[in-house]
Amino acid sequence: MKILVAVKRVIDYNVQIRVKEDNSGIVTDNVKMSTNPPDDNAIEEAVKIKEAGKASEVVAVSVGEEKAQETLRKALAVGADRGILVKVDGAIEPLAVSKILQKIVEKEKPDLVFMGKQAIDDDCNQTGQMLAALLNWPQATFASKIQVKEKSLEVTREIDEGLETIEVSVPAIVTCDLRLNEPRYASLPNIMKAKKKPVEQINASDLGVDTKPRIEQIKVEEPPKRKAGIKVASVEELVQKLKNEAKVI
Amino acid sequence: MEYDVVIVGGGPSGLTTAIKLKQLNSDLNVCILEKASEIGAHILSGNVFETRALNELFPNWKELNTPIKTKVTKEKFLFLGKTKSLSWPTWLLPSVQQNHKNYIISLANLCRWLAEQAESLGVEIFPGFPASEILYNEDGSVKGVATQDMGIDKEGNKKDSFEPGIELIGKVTVFAEGCRGHLGKQLIKKFDLDKGKDPQQYGIGFKEIWEIEEKNHEEGLVMHTAGWPLDNSTYGGSFIYHAEKKQIFLGYVIGLDYKNPYLSPFDEFQRFKTHPAIKKIIEGGKRISYGARALIEGGFQSLPKMFMPGALLVGCDAGTLNMPKIKGSHTAMKSGLIAAEAINEHIKDNKDLSNFEEKFKASWLFDELYKARNVKPSFSWGLILGIIFTGIDQILFRGNLPFTLKHKHADHETLKSAKEMPKIDYPKPDNILTFDKTSSVYLTGTNHADNQPVHLKLKDPNLPISYTLEAFDEPAQRYCPAGVYEVQRENNVNKFVINSQNCIHCKTCDIKEPSQNITWVTPEGGGGPKYGNM
Repeated sequence: MKILVAVKRVIDYNVQIRVKEDNSGIVTDNVKMSTNPPDDNAIEEAVKIKEAGKASEVVAVSVGEEKAQETLRKALAVGADRGILVKVDGAIEPLAVSKILQKIVEKEKPDLVFMGKQAIDDDCNQTGQMLAALLNWPQATFASKIQVKEKSLEVTREIDEGLETIEVSVPAIVTCDLRLNEPRYASLPNIMKAKKKPVEQINASDLGVDTKPRIEQIKVEEPPKRKAGIKVASVEELVQKLKNEAKVI
Repeated sequence: MEYDVVIVGGGPSGLTTAIKLKQLNSDLNVCILEKASEIGAHILSGNVFETRALNELFPNWKELNTPIKTKVTKEKFLFLGKTKSLSWPTWLLPSVQQNHKNYIISLANLCRWLAEQAESLGVEIFPGFPASEILYNEDGSVKGVATQDMGIDKEGNKKDSFEPGIELIGKVTVFAEGCRGHLGKQLIKKFDLDKGKDPQQYGIGFKEIWEIEEKNHEEGLVMHTAGWPLDNSTYGGSFIYHAEKKQIFLGYVIGLDYKNPYLSPFDEFQRFKTHPAIKKIIEGGKRISYGARALIEGGFQSLPKMFMPGALLVGCDAGTLNMPKIKGSHTAMKSGLIAAEAINEHIKDNKDLSNFEEKFKASWLFDELYKARNVKPSFSWGLILGIIFTGIDQILFRGNLPFTLKHKHADHETLKSAKEMPKIDYPKPDNILTFDKTSSVYLTGTNHADNQPVHLKLKDPNLPISYTLEAFDEPAQRYCPAGVYEVQRENNVNKFVINSQNCIHCKTCDIKEPSQNITWVTPEGGGGPKYGNM
């Protein structure tokens, strides 16, 4: 079995996001970038399945600018076998990413495609679902547990009401939740080895995919600042304020 | 893993050492360990940059796409009173404080650029891997370092994700950890490198980056102040550098030899911004970054021997900062250049590492530090006498007075008892110009993985409450710029709390704790701040 894992380079989750002064986007200069956290879970799970002898190869793929190579190297350092970088400059939307991944799937013919349930930068939560539609494959989203069976997967999903367990036939798309596993650390010797693993570079334009944005971004704004709280003297005062000022009860 | 040269720390001195080594002999295997999650993320500096050492490392740097863009165009020096300010003519400043040939840069960005150069020359850089332990050969010489174990829980047990540390063995190990390196400190003690030297002197430096209104911004302007809010007996001052893109680098440095345990360096800095001369610059602007880091102030008298069997100390791990110049980047880089030459000859011709000392003494670095040596100690007589003496020493005698003033005390010895000293009432933050520690630390992007051992070790866990609270009102609550230390009162019992996840790796506690009870050790790799263009 071969597993393709999509990883995205995003602004590190510890960095405080700053909006550009002209509201045209967010500041990315000199900002620490990392792998999208649930994508780390996706790689970890694929590597675990391979280590259990149930997969033969783990291929990491990233769509983005040249520097997304760092994200691929990180995936290679924790156990992926090789990487594919599809180069696109500028913003790219989930639909275009799914179309690119569709081409990569047609070329690589994996049995499973793993990725994070959503990216922490645009929060879209669309790529996996759209890729499933484009390929006409079954999908298991928000996976918090995966059991590999003969020709299917048993997947536990994190849903609003609790947990749902479904079975999907292979080939399938799985989008991974943060609860799926605890990603391992990249060890120094493995980082060294990762530098020697192959990373193929492809231009998105060579795949014949139209990556033009379909969405026009009008402006980006910071959320309004929270007002300072006040102290109330009694329950009566609180109820009165909730009723008349906040108008929530 | 074995290398010709293992370098601990990816700041200006470590990166320069690595690049120069590869320039001298491209066959050398060189690696750099860096505790931050990426090169530059733990770098914080003013910074007005003198290019002297960079000219030697890359004579053609102006043709390369370096992040050195903003030339200093104008200088100001202000003495601040509580509401007034007095401008000091720049022609009356000693030449070491004149900056017209220098550039306003982000040192973090320069380090990122240097790291690219190093990697293209074949240096292996490992960010996220702190060196936590020194390894010794049987003959006592330094063999290399071990990286920190990863995946240890609070109680010291191995988690599922446990990844053991790796031993990195070098023919030579270079320690370039910056000010108060936790391994450098051990080496200085073990090899008695500071024998016959004065105690090292430190300062704490704060920096904020502000985006200010266009009308207040003057790209290339360098301004320094002395005076308010500090009293005559406390050493310190501010810097305001107008960088590109309407940004200013605004900072404050306070000598850690201050005496009043109630003094809060953080609050002095916040208060400083409310002075009319400063307020008018930042009013209408927005603070976008915050950080703090201890720096070396001891200079020549306190500089330890920098070589030992199997290893060298470079940059501020030894203490090469030039205090009157308020610059340490070019001197750190120069020490790296000298180190690389000494190491290359050591490996190639089997010359002893003591060769470093001869090269150092023959260099402009030695000359510069020698001439600067009397400025900082003279300020122990107070600001006014210090300035008068510095004028005589630097302008009339150009640093060549026939005597050397001494640093008498280590910084942890200078605090007076809380009973003897006045409490200081600091104004509350207005969240426009001045802020509290919590919202400031938030801007640093600091994080340490949960459930790991506390990396701020107490030799005696009871001492903060049983002694330091009574004697000095536990000054850790105030000298820590990140709010790591708190004394909490629960059911009439005082408790000392260490919020180690907030630590921004400035090392001030390790320096200033009056009983030297706190030891800073490396946390799990990648932890700490994630500074951008600091």
